[in-house]
Parts: sequence; structure tokens; C-alpha cells
Amino acid sequence: MLIKKLAPALAAALLVLPAIALAGEGSFPSAGNDVRNLASLQRGARNFMNYCSGCHSAKFVRYNRVAADLNIPEAELKKNLMFTSDKPFETIRSAIATEDARKWFGNAPPDLSLMSRARGTDYIYAYLRSFYRDPTRPAGVNNTVLPGTAMPHVLADLQGVQTAVFSGGEAGKGEFEKFELTDRGTLEPEKYDDFVRDTVNFLQYIGEPIETKRKDLGVWVTLFLLLFTAFAYLLNKEYWKDVH
Amino acid sequence: MGTESDGTGQATGLWGWINARFPVDKMLKEHITEYYAPKNFNYWYLFGSLSLVVLVLQLVTGIFLTMNYKPSAAEAFASVEYIMRDVEWGWLIRYLHSTGASAFFIVVYLHMFRALMYGSYRAPRELLWIFGMLIYLALMAEAFMGYLLPWGNMSYWGAQVIVSLFGTIPVIGDSLAEWIKGDYYISDITLNRFFALHVIAIPLILVFLVVAHILALHEVGSNNPDGIEIKKLKDERGIPLDGIPFHPYMTVKDIFGLGMFLLVFCGIVFFAPTLGGLFLEGPNFEQANAMQTPPHIAPIWYFTPFYAMLRAVPSFFATQVWGVIVMFGAIALLFFLPWLDRSPVKSIRYKGPISKVALALFALSFVVLAYCGMKPTSPALLLLSRVFTAVYFAFFVLMPWYSRIDRVKPVPERVTYHAH
Repeated sequence: MLIKKLAPALAAALLVLPAIALAGEGSFPSAGNDVRNLASLQRGARNFMNYCSGCHSAKFVRYNRVAADLNIPEAELKKNLMFTSDKPFETIRSAIATEDARKWFGNAPPDLSLMSRARGTDYIYAYLRSFYRDPTRPAGVNNTVLPGTAMPHVLADLQGVQTAVFSGGEAGKGEFEKFELTDRGTLEPEKYDDFVRDTVNFLQYIGEPIETKRKDLGVWVTLFLLLFTAFAYLLNKEYWKDVH
Repeated sequence: MGTESDGTGQATGLWGWINARFPVDKMLKEHITEYYAPKNFNYWYLFGSLSLVVLVLQLVTGIFLTMNYKPSAAEAFASVEYIMRDVEWGWLIRYLHSTGASAFFIVVYLHMFRALMYGSYRAPRELLWIFGMLIYLALMAEAFMGYLLPWGNMSYWGAQVIVSLFGTIPVIGDSLAEWIKGDYYISDITLNRFFALHVIAIPLILVFLVVAHILALHEVGSNNPDGIEIKKLKDERGIPLDGIPFHPYMTVKDIFGLGMFLLVFCGIVFFAPTLGGLFLEGPNFEQANAMQTPPHIAPIWYFTPFYAMLRAVPSFFATQVWGVIVMFGAIALLFFLPWLDRSPVKSIRYKGPISKVALALFALSFVVLAYCGMKPTSPALLLLSRVFTAVYFAFFVLMPWYSRIDRVKPVPERVTYHAH
């Protein structure tokens, strides 16, 4: 009898379940970032402004919104984080012109406002850790996550340079097996992963600045609805007592 | 409100004044307080009122979105992000609307399945069913056009694929596809006209059809899980013995149902608005780009059963039109249900094993096809799509036969109801 009563809810779940099963497929190892970690986001903002914003814009993201959300004082923001504008209400533009970038790299660096939502944070985390030496490429590096990428390894100072080991012996031949760090950078490998994690965390934040507030509000909405539904249930029961 | 009588049975005061000129009281009675619904309604009967709730939600959030959305290829994508970031509560309005689109299909699919189970399409409810089917068609058009508006890359390529389906029609196909687009490719012009149709034309049609659907329902009366006509047995006042007033009994039930629905709906809006890329797809966070296709183009989940059928049919005589025919045929067949079902009983409760298995297989085929349509095609999935496309069609094509020969149980005089 209970099963019968629950049938509509079960059917609703059945409609959506196969889809949810699909959602997680083809994913990369977790980036392990936490968008509620303010210190990580602040470091990520610093990384982004110093290493990314030279070439990449975040044209939907306003400086002052970032400052307000991440607890960064405006003076600090202007002094350390704003390189392409002096007006905090402006959005983050890249330092180079799109046309120049196209000429130099063969591809305009994409805007990063929504990259975390388009590709996922795990993807970006994997991408930034998967550059390897490849002399056949114009920038001298290739990437196992996005083979043939036009992006140079701008974090090579920090990470160092990796060599990719392929089952076929030569670069690009056969299956990719593992990376070997042949030239060390200024950061230890774990510290480099943390650096990338912070950066990816910031990218997740700018992808949807409202995310944490949305979830916090959701808790209250759910509590209200639970109360509302409980009273609605009792009201319904009270009325239907009369029906025989 | 003054409802005191002057002795002649006429209401006086402002209420009376209004009612002498406009039938508020009469309409309220006819459709709400003295509309008698069968008392054995179960929870499957919530999805009708929930569809209405979602319709209103979409209309209201849609109005607020249009206040900040710019229907032009140059500005559309940025204007959606402007809504998400800079407009006060814009993110909530947008998520309510995007989640509402998927929720609309969920409640409508369940509402339709309810009708299939209990034979709600059978005489005298054929027109009610047909109005409902027209609502479903309008809803699909509304969703398809709305999906282009954010001008993401999946919007763009999804529209490209669906419009090209019309191009497969012999002789007129190419001109037809061009006429729909208003251009040689999906462009600013297409976006502009889809916006016009999405915010004015189709919502008007939808609202009109919903009114017709409800009027038809209230004319013939609701079916119920037993598939019995409650109007056959009435008391001395002409009220069906198994009927109870819609208000308050069904309204309190619907309010409870609304609470349950909102718990799930708001759960998605606040905690997982993209639902893992199902309700909002990843590639749609990149702006439309005519030079770059997304890695895997699939329509949004509520169209995937039909998309799977389209891909399941091979091309013959150097044309793809057969797949398109099958796809539209799958929807067209639903219109004929009232005349395909020859069973002496309406409800699945009193139908025999063949009908029960047929209905279960039909539901299964819908879910399996939805799954196949989401995935990149593979030989195994192609075979699965073909088998279940056949099952889907068999449900309808063989119905006149199996519904007639199937064993049936005797239908009781009165509805099955156990007091709470």
C-alpha cells in the first residue's frame, strides 16, 4: 500500500535517474577545492591576476565584487590585483589585445569567467598539471588533457617542466603512462598542486559568485518548506476526516 | 465581502452589484466550490495542478527575465550573465525559469502517464485528451525556442540540428528550414524571431489551450483511478454519490502536493541548478560559436527519447526523412489513443495482464530511449534504441488488438475508497 502511495514519486525519480547516472561520466580526478575557503580564494585571486589575467580576461567579473566577496580591502585590491584598470567597478580585462594574441599564439586565449562551469574545475585542475615538454609544438610544450593546446606553460617557473612517458617509447606514441618531473621549479610538487587548487577554486568562484549564498539560502528555504508541507499535510488530513 | 441576501436569493452590496454584471460567483461555484471531483483521487492526480503552478511560475519569471535579457546575437549571452551577476535576485529568477522548464516536462510526463494508466483519454474525454496533447506540442515548441535564447554553444548547435530535421522533408525541406531560420544559418535574425515566439505567441497559445483543457475537463468531469463515471450515480440533489467539492478537499490536497513538489524543486534550484549538466548543460556556458561544435551534441533531456528514435532509423533512398517521420509519428500516435484503446474497461486496475505488461513496456521504452538519446551513439545503444523504438510503436499499433482480447475484471458500481 505504501509502495502504491509512493508510486508517483518513484516514477518521477525514474524519469530523472538515468540522466543523473550519466552526469558523472568522463570526469577527471577531483580538484579537491573548497569554494568556502576564503584564504584559498584570496590566494587564487592573487594567482589569477598575476599569472592568468595577462592573457585571459574575465569579462563578466567586476573587481569590486571580487573584493567584497573575498574580504579584500579596496586599497589592497587597487595596489596588488588591478593591472588593466583603475576603476574597481570595471570587469577584468586581459592585458593583451585579442588580435595580438591570435597572431602570437594562433588562438585567442578564452575568457575565463565561465570556464569552470563549461568544463568543470576537475578538468582545469588536471589541465594545469598536465603540461609536458614537446619540442615539436610552437610553445615547446604539449598537454595530455588538451593535446595540441596553443597555451604555453606559463606556470613552468613554479612547477618545472615534466616529461611525458608514453607506452610507445617516443613522445605522443602509444598510450600516455605517467609524467616525470625532469626540471624542478621553485615549488615542491605538492605546493604546486596547492597553487593550482587555489587558482581553480577562484575560477569556480568567478564562474558563479552567488554559489555559496545560494546554498546558504537554500537551507532556510528547505526548512521553511518542510514546515509548510507538514502543516499542509495536517490540514489535508483534517479535512479528509469528513470523507467516508 | 457582503453576501447577505435581500430575501429574493440575490446577493446585495458590492458583491451583488458585481455579480449582477459579471458571473464571479457562478464561475467560482461551477469550477471550484461546486465542481465535484471523484473522492478516490490518489497522488497521481496532483500533477495536473502542479502543471498549472509551473506554467504560472514560467510566465512570471519569464516576464522578469525579459526586463534584462537582450535578444540579439551580440548581447544575449552577456545579458544572461548580467542577470546572473548584476541584477538583484537575477540568479534566482533565472534558475527558477531554467529549472522550471525541466520541471514542466517532468510533471507533464507524469500527468500523461496517469492518463494512460486510468484511461482518462477514453470517451467522453477525447477532446480533453486532444487539448492536452496540443498543450504538450506547444510546450515542446516553447522549450525548443527558449533553449536558443541564452545563445550558448549548445543552444546554437541544438537549434541547428533540430531545424535541419525540417530540411530532410522532400522538395520543400530546404526552403522550410530557411523560412524557420529567416536566414541561411542560425543567426541574430533566428534568435530575434524565436524570442518573439517564445515570449508572446506560444505562451498565448498555451494559456488558451490550458483554459480549453480545464473547461473540457469540467464539462465531462474528472476520470478516476477506477475509471468509473461518477455522474452515473447521483443523490436527490443531483450531486454524484462518489463526488466531493473540489474546494476545499482537492485544494488542500493540492497544497500538500505543492509543498512536496517545492521541496524537490527548490532543492534543485538552490543546491544543484545545473543538475550535473542535465538542466543546464556545460557547453552552454560558452557563447554560441558557429566555428566550433561542442564535443557531443544532444538535445536537453526531455527531447532525448525522440532524438534516440531519430538516430535509430537508418536512411533509405538517400534521405534521412524516415527518422524524422518516426520521431514525429511517435508523438502523432498519442493523439489517436482514444480510438486505439478498445478495452471494455478504462482503468489499468480492471484491465488484464497483456495491457499491464504493454503499459509497463511502454514506460520502460520511454526511459530507455531517453537514456540512449543522451549518449553518443554506439552499436550497442543503436540496437537498444531500435528495439525500444519498436516496443514504443507496438504499444500503439497493436493496442486495438490486445486491448480487445485481453481479460478484464468486473468494474464495481462505486469507486474504491478507504476513509483516512
